Amino acid sequence: MIRRRNAIARSARVRGCGLLLWLGLCVTTGMPQAQGLRAAGEPRAITLIDDRGREQILAAPPMRIVSLLPSLTESVCALGGCDRLVGTDRYSDAPARVQALPKLGGIEDANLERIVALKPDVVLAAPSARVIERLESLGLSVMVLESKTHADVHRSLVVLARMLGTPAAAARVWAGIQSDVDRAVASVPTVLRGQRVYFEVDATPYAAGEASFIGETLLRLGLGNIVRAEDGPFPKLNPEFVVRAQPDIVMADQRNLDEMSRRPGWSQLHALREGRVCGFSNQRYDVLVRPGPRLGEAAQLLADCLATLVVSPR
Amino acid sequence: MIDQSVTAIASHARLDPGALRRRGLTIGLMVMSVALAGAGLAAGSDGWSWPSFGDADARLILGQIRAPRTLGAWLTGALLGLAGALAQGLFRNPLADPYLLGSAAGASLAVVVVLAGSSLSGVAVGWAAADGLARLGLVGAAFVGAFVGVGLTLALARGAQQTPRLLLAGVVVGVVLSAIGDMVSTAAPEALRGKQAFMLGTTGFLGWSSVAVLAAGLVVTLPIAWRLARVLDALTLGEDSARSLGLALARWRLLLVAVLALATGLAVSQAGLVAFVGLAAPHLVRRCAPASNGYTLVASAAAGGTLLLAADVLARSLIAPQELPVGVVTAVLGGSYLLWLLRQRRLG
Repeated sequence: MIRRRNAIARSARVRGCGLLLWLGLCVTTGMPQAQGLRAAGEPRAITLIDDRGREQILAAPPMRIVSLLPSLTESVCALGGCDRLVGTDRYSDAPARVQALPKLGGIEDANLERIVALKPDVVLAAPSARVIERLESLGLSVMVLESKTHADVHRSLVVLARMLGTPAAAARVWAGIQSDVDRAVASVPTVLRGQRVYFEVDATPYAAGEASFIGETLLRLGLGNIVRAEDGPFPKLNPEFVVRAQPDIVMADQRNLDEMSRRPGWSQLHALREGRVCGFSNQRYDVLVRPGPRLGEAAQLLADCLATLVVSPR
Repeated sequence: MIDQSVTAIASHARLDPGALRRRGLTIGLMVMSVALAGAGLAAGSDGWSWPSFGDADARLILGQIRAPRTLGAWLTGALLGLAGALAQGLFRNPLADPYLLGSAAGASLAVVVVLAGSSLSGVAVGWAAADGLARLGLVGAAFVGAFVGVGLTLALARGAQQTPRLLLAGVVVGVVLSAIGDMVSTAAPEALRGKQAFMLGTTGFLGWSSVAVLAAGLVVTLPIAWRLARVLDALTLGEDSARSLGLALARWRLLLVAVLALATGLAVSQAGLVAFVGLAAPHLVRRCAPASNGYTLVASAAAGGTLLLAADVLARSLIAPQELPVGVVTAVLGGSYLLWLLRQRRLG
């Protein structure tokens, strides 16, 4: 709430600055109101607001896009803009055709020189102060988008679809996600309803709670979570908490799952002893932990695993 | 004729071999800096290439990315080298490095708080602090953090009079502040990524504005340090002797700490916690050309700049088009140099 108000205030400030700059431009170049008098048929400028609350004005839908976040790469492709991508971060690997694109480092160590050399019309990135500051000072447009919930994914899709000049695509992709999720919901055995899940995102251990997009998917599938929403989306847990909570089902990366029973006390987890576990290979796990257009596919992966579990009703 | 001048040089060398070595080191560092600057302009993401000036994008890459990065890396290294020489002179300890007085921990805490800002919004106080720091930007926040760290150390040590007290306070402040930083990043794991990048140090994002700030910092700190070299010379005799020479030690030492904090804070805020440059540069200078503190300070700055610039060029080109974190390269370079030095000493 506070953050949103802050974002609004910031965007107002930015807009104020923008207006001043624009006035200055008009005075110095003697240009009449550029947008108002534009002839019909010419491409209209697109005004977008990113997750920093900052306004981005693009003269036309970008034809050269750099994405520095896997979920944004996937979103652009799902919205039909895959052929406009000219480079991605080193972690973007889906869909398969983006693997051939130049890899530009991670978000914290992005290779400025290669990004600039690719001449992108817009750079898509997660929040990260240093890189974005530098890219903008080099004259590039940067859209900052971050998704933590299903609603965020929807919002990002809408913004990206508008940016690509195909606003209708967002509704299509979102409807596809919803129907995939619905299909996944229908395939979950009713006997599993209300079972409490421990979804591990890191072995230290960090969990995906009810407030995360993973938790939201699990809720849609009719499952509970040992981590309540008020504990935040991805809290770091005391290992003891997991043992005491005795989750009905444990979900994790397969490698972490394999060593889980060797953690002190964790061999006492009923879910582990009775094999009520979902271990995911690296590739599938990536689908689960990326808040992008493959949310529906992720729900299906979860449902597929759940269907194989034999669970005695509580 | 030639014979005469050779004898003249030889006799000169016999008279003052130290001066010759100092001159050699000065010229060597200058030549290396210029050569490395050339390499820094040519080392790009696609291996070694000299971009043509006809292309607007090539001009942008050369003028706005490679040039400020190269210059910024040298200046950052120079500030760290100067700070290292000041710290080792002040503490009369070859193990002292610029991060000793809590500036590193203070800067990284500020960075983590800024990065975690949005998710800490539940905590009212944390949010107020984070919002203030976010307005400063990451660089400004790190600078303020470094100064707060040193300020805390000075407060804890009740001034800068006593060396052991100051050292101990610095260590304690460092430990406590980095623990708080860890606490914040546990509560907001998304800050971890940025924190790691800061801890490794990077020269990749230095622009002309960073170069201007760093250059101004060096222009301010180097003359003051030169002036303070006499105090350091007196300190090498021991604090009592220095006092007996009529030095107002308390005031001078406070000034030394302030210059040290300014140089370190500027370097750290622009490039993160680049390892080992501050520690290795003064050793390199003392090893090559032992001299009084005045020369050591200035030469350490030049050596630090050369070292970091070399590391930056290597970081860019070793696994191009990928990049190594520059801190990793300085740690490997500086670390192996110090190891070699230790081995030489043992053998010699």
